[in-house]
Amino acid sequence: MADLNMTPLCQEHQRMKALMAPFGGWQMPIQYAGIIAEHKWCREQAALFDICHMGEFLFRGDTQGSGLEEVFTFSVNSIPVGRSRYGFLLNEHGGIIDDLIVFRLADDRVMIVVNAATIANDYAVIKGRLRGGGLENISTTTGKLDLQGPLSREVLVKAFGPAIGQLPYFKFSNMTILGVEAIVSRTGYTGELGYEIFLPAAKVLELWQLLLADERVKPAGLGARDVLRLEVGYSLYGSDIDETTTPLEAGLGAFVNFDKEFIGKAALLKQRQEGVSRLKVAFRANSRRSPRHHYEICCEGASVGSVTSGVFSPMLGCGVGMGYVKPHLGVLGAPLTIRHENVSMEATVVELPFYRGGSLRV
Amino acid sequence: METYYSKEHEWVKIKEGVASVGITEYAAHQLGDITFVDLPKLGKVVKQFDLLAGIESVKAASDIYAPLSGKVVKVNEALNDTPEIVNEAAEDAGWLAWLEVADPLEVKNLMTRSQYDAYVKGLA
Repeated sequence: MADLNMTPLCQEHQRMKALMAPFGGWQMPIQYAGIIAEHKWCREQAALFDICHMGEFLFRGDTQGSGLEEVFTFSVNSIPVGRSRYGFLLNEHGGIIDDLIVFRLADDRVMIVVNAATIANDYAVIKGRLRGGGLENISTTTGKLDLQGPLSREVLVKAFGPAIGQLPYFKFSNMTILGVEAIVSRTGYTGELGYEIFLPAAKVLELWQLLLADERVKPAGLGARDVLRLEVGYSLYGSDIDETTTPLEAGLGAFVNFDKEFIGKAALLKQRQEGVSRLKVAFRANSRRSPRHHYEICCEGASVGSVTSGVFSPMLGCGVGMGYVKPHLGVLGAPLTIRHENVSMEATVVELPFYRGGSLRV
Repeated sequence: METYYSKEHEWVKIKEGVASVGITEYAAHQLGDITFVDLPKLGKVVKQFDLLAGIESVKAASDIYAPLSGKVVKVNEALNDTPEIVNEAAEDAGWLAWLEVADPLEVKNLMTRSQYDAYVKGLA
């Protein structure tokens, strides 16, 4: 196995007896107290996640003249300073190279936040599409901690003052934290009220310890994060979406702006006209059994697709999952059977999110 | 009443021809939060090391094998709604099933506690 990357908190996780495992080329904490306990804490209090593995690029220049405006499926030009937008980097076939968020730092400055496993490729692709401006990979020097949960706002207000309390969803603030420049963004991957904090990697341990000193905050690993994101129907890059799937097949057309140019647009327009040959659907198992990645999806005895993500949902008390099926099965209430070796479970196509009780927009 | 252990981390306790069966604390800890137990049907007849039950955690789905040959005469129905009992008390209240033992001599294919502890130590 190739050498794993370490976040600045790796030793701290080991000291805290976290169960560590490789994820996207990084040695990451999977759990501390236990996945379900951490999940519950995030839904009820505030959970702190080490997300330093994710990548950040800094673009400087003219967002229009440089060609940046045509790199993603959404418009960068129209993002107001202080706001961020989610969307895709596509290949010319409409396949998803990555899903990412662009933060408009200034008229001529944006930060692009990408998945960990795709950092090198994304950087090469974006750089190759730019005609001007400068693109810098600041991933190693940038740390990122996510504080997520209904109490996260109170925790941050107590730690850093009332300004954070005013942030609406998908807005961020440049602030001085622990004596350094930081970005606090009201975004996340859990379906709860929450914040993503970007700051110099050298300060991450200090922020981690400061936030954990608040008794309302407990650490959570990638295990809980996966349950949390799936309960609210967020896609995981590499599992639910990848270069072989398009945003239309993934049911994520809302993050594609057809009123502007972008690489992959022609392929998506064609697919929109002709119809997709498969569609990502969400389903709920009729028991506590978990659908899992690569399990087969069947309908009336025939194989119709495979599971891309699945888990036991503590909030719903049953298994939930997502996967690609023939488009005619993408209707609410369609009955599916999920199979793998000697495991078989009945499931029903449902609407996302599975869990609607989160504090995301409070 | 002696308890025996399998390499697949099942335990079995025999009393008057009936054996209670479960997974070890080590196995429960390795699985993490247990979310579902697929209990065997009453009356199911199994050979030693045949598939007996299934167990799922947030992390993985695992097969449970019969540590002895026999017939399933009772299952722990409490696990249908509260499978987390296995995490809390794997070698006690988290038992999975009772088997009517077909051949008590089969314990020769299993380990004693001290043998099992040494076996687990070797896995680390």
